[in-house]
Amino acid sequence: MQQSIADNNLEAELAASVAQAVANGTALQIVGGGSKSFYGNPVEAEALEVGGHSGIIDYDPAELVITLRAGCKLDQVEALLSENNQMLGFEPLHLGDNATIGGAIASGLAGPRRAYAGGVRDFLLGVKLLSGRGEILNFGGRVIKNVAGFDVSRLMVGAQGTLGIILEASLRVIPCFETELTLGFEHSSAAAHIQWINELGSKPLPLSASCWYQGRSYIRLSGSQQGVDSAVAKLEGTAETDIWKQLREQKHDFFTAYDKILRLSLPQTREDLFSAEPQLIEWGGAQRWLSGGLELTQLRQKAEGLDGTVCAYRGVDPETGFFHPLNDSILALHRALKSSFDPVGIFNPGRLYSEL
Amino acid sequence: MSLSRQQELAQLFRGFLAHESVIDAPTSLVAYECDGLSAYRQTPLLVVLPETIEQVQQIVQLCNERGVPIVSRGAGTSLSGGAMPHKDGIVLCLAKMNRILRLDALSRTVVVEPGVRNLAVSEAANPFGLYYAPDPSSQIACSIGGNVAENAGGVHCLKYGLTLHNVLGVKLVTVNGELLDIDQQSMQSQGFDLLALVIGSEGMLGVVVEVTLKLLPIPECARVVMGVFNSVENAGDSVTGIIVEGIIPAGVEMMDNLAIRAAEAFVHAGYPVEAEAILICELDGTEEEAESQIARVETVMKTAGATETRLARDEAERLLIWSGRKAAFPAVGRLSPDYYCIDGTIPRKALATVLREIRRLSEQYELRIANVFHAGDGNLHPLILYDANNPGELEKTEELGSKILRFCIEQGGTITGEHGVGVEKLGEMCVQFSDQERNQFHAIRQAFDPKCIFNPGKAIPTMARCAEHNAMHVHEGKLPFPELERF
Repeated sequence: MQQSIADNNLEAELAASVAQAVANGTALQIVGGGSKSFYGNPVEAEALEVGGHSGIIDYDPAELVITLRAGCKLDQVEALLSENNQMLGFEPLHLGDNATIGGAIASGLAGPRRAYAGGVRDFLLGVKLLSGRGEILNFGGRVIKNVAGFDVSRLMVGAQGTLGIILEASLRVIPCFETELTLGFEHSSAAAHIQWINELGSKPLPLSASCWYQGRSYIRLSGSQQGVDSAVAKLEGTAETDIWKQLREQKHDFFTAYDKILRLSLPQTREDLFSAEPQLIEWGGAQRWLSGGLELTQLRQKAEGLDGTVCAYRGVDPETGFFHPLNDSILALHRALKSSFDPVGIFNPGRLYSEL
Repeated sequence: MSLSRQQELAQLFRGFLAHESVIDAPTSLVAYECDGLSAYRQTPLLVVLPETIEQVQQIVQLCNERGVPIVSRGAGTSLSGGAMPHKDGIVLCLAKMNRILRLDALSRTVVVEPGVRNLAVSEAANPFGLYYAPDPSSQIACSIGGNVAENAGGVHCLKYGLTLHNVLGVKLVTVNGELLDIDQQSMQSQGFDLLALVIGSEGMLGVVVEVTLKLLPIPECARVVMGVFNSVENAGDSVTGIIVEGIIPAGVEMMDNLAIRAAEAFVHAGYPVEAEAILICELDGTEEEAESQIARVETVMKTAGATETRLARDEAERLLIWSGRKAAFPAVGRLSPDYYCIDGTIPRKALATVLREIRRLSEQYELRIANVFHAGDGNLHPLILYDANNPGELEKTEELGSKILRFCIEQGGTITGEHGVGVEKLGEMCVQFSDQERNQFHAIRQAFDPKCIFNPGKAIPTMARCAEHNAMHVHEGKLPFPELERF
């Protein structure tokens, strides 16, 4: 049976801890469920546990919006939504049983559906934030359309807590699909897959995921029975088992076969320069996982030529940082923004970039 | 002082812009004194019309050095006064930067200059079976740059999102004249999501000079059903019922009796003029999909008390049903010398409560209100009918509008769903956000623009203004010093 979501409001305690840290100039490492602690530069600071701040504030399925405390466990939230035939549209990565909704937002890690339905930022409507001034601030809201003030809530996606502690979030949810199925196709090269999957993307098909690995393309179709049936009739693929949860959770063969993994992010139709290396391609070509003998700095140079970036995802010595370095102008803006939220610099120092 | 300053600046700009691209003649400046919210007007010092990114960089640099305010403007269709000029500043009009630079059908992207009209993008994409989803009702005229500044919506947002969801990158000229490439074509933001921050920032963080848009495949088929109701509550229940069915329509629009009658008199769409409300629901997808969903929607409407449902039998009928909704604003405009459009958004469940309150306020203020709204996403557009020639009526209208917006906030909603704050809703920003929240907005702005030369006086009210606003609010309608002008 599903465990009910604990109603546990730690707002006052967290605010007090932050106020004290601000007063003393103590740096804090924000710790939620710990499932994504590998994702970023290590932080050397006093740990502040936020995962216990949990509970549903408001959920009315007819509104397609859920408002909840950031410590809610992802699997419990997904179970609650599923009881109402709804789900999170961005297919968040769990990477562990303790994964929280706050961590999903802070990491910005979205799953196979990213290229077709949108990422974490596309579904986030509002946040309650504990800032580096120790203030509790509300941005965005609980409605789908809202343009009052700057879009501060979405700035939290991928910021890894460097701008503040996410206390609560409002997320848009979507109805579950009537049906889903997976089809497989032969494409001997990555280049052939990229061309093909983007051609498919220009057609009105209910695509919800794509993947290429070892000469084979996989797609997922999601939608109404009629919509999926008519798509299957148009495509001459062979039925495959569902690989998507495995892929999302990085338990797919590619992720278990290699210790060293790099993530190349680039506009989806950019050419494949790495056909000699082990490679798994997602998101219509925009997310390419690489392994093999590639050297990080060289790879980053090559990626820049493709308007891409490289993350030293796993088992790589992150000489030039876990995330791809920013150019000077963008970095200057990041610094200015960081100090507008966290003037003393107490939250997760260095987590994203050593300069922040 | 003003005149010499104007001439000095004009001369500097003419050093790198064509003579006619710097407008300084009073008769020509008048054309730029307001946007779509014509109740607010201000003549700018100058208007400049650059044609290249380099020219924009030079203009911004020059203004930043001299502390000259810059108001960026696209087609000037804003409904919130976002492009209203500053008296000591220039209007940076991007209308001449109106080229579609690259359309790539394989990656379904198009790179455009900011002055390109919204509808022109879909027209260019059409031969490839693609289109650009956001469709604000001004789409024939409004520009992509303005859409980015306001995070524009339209009637298909529930399914296809706002501008935010359909823009993949921008090139932004910063206050120093630097050109930043903020790109998310890789779907993975590097560091902070600056793109989300820039979209909807009402021209206060920089000048958007290039935009990469996402194109979508045109759905195979779109079907429309209209539900007729003798109460707005039943129409509202239908919308909830459709969502609970697990259906996300391409669009769901509601109109109340006054709006129905106005639209019918204007375009003869065959609307039932006795109905209290109609609901227009569009479903898209494959033939089979749309067919099956439309049948389910009809059932939901009937269950919720629809007195009649009308299915568009062909494309001509579909367009006819839409024509009344799309012409609702001008149609309502025929009922009265002036109308004032409100843009509050509420959780759908509060719909009936908010409509009752709007009716009560309409009676109290003795001003008619026609209601048109994007029912799927709770975005209301009450249109208040008034006559600006009657002394005090505009002020009364604004006060009524403000009360509606405050009620939207109380119901868990927001003061603006898609039109932006501009100059119009500064007062309500003082209600929706706390001092600390507004301070954070100011701090973000200063991170981009320390001297605040981009669109000063818009979108985020100052502390002083909110102190005054909130003090006035205490006295409810009895303003202290009523003889003073207030902006």
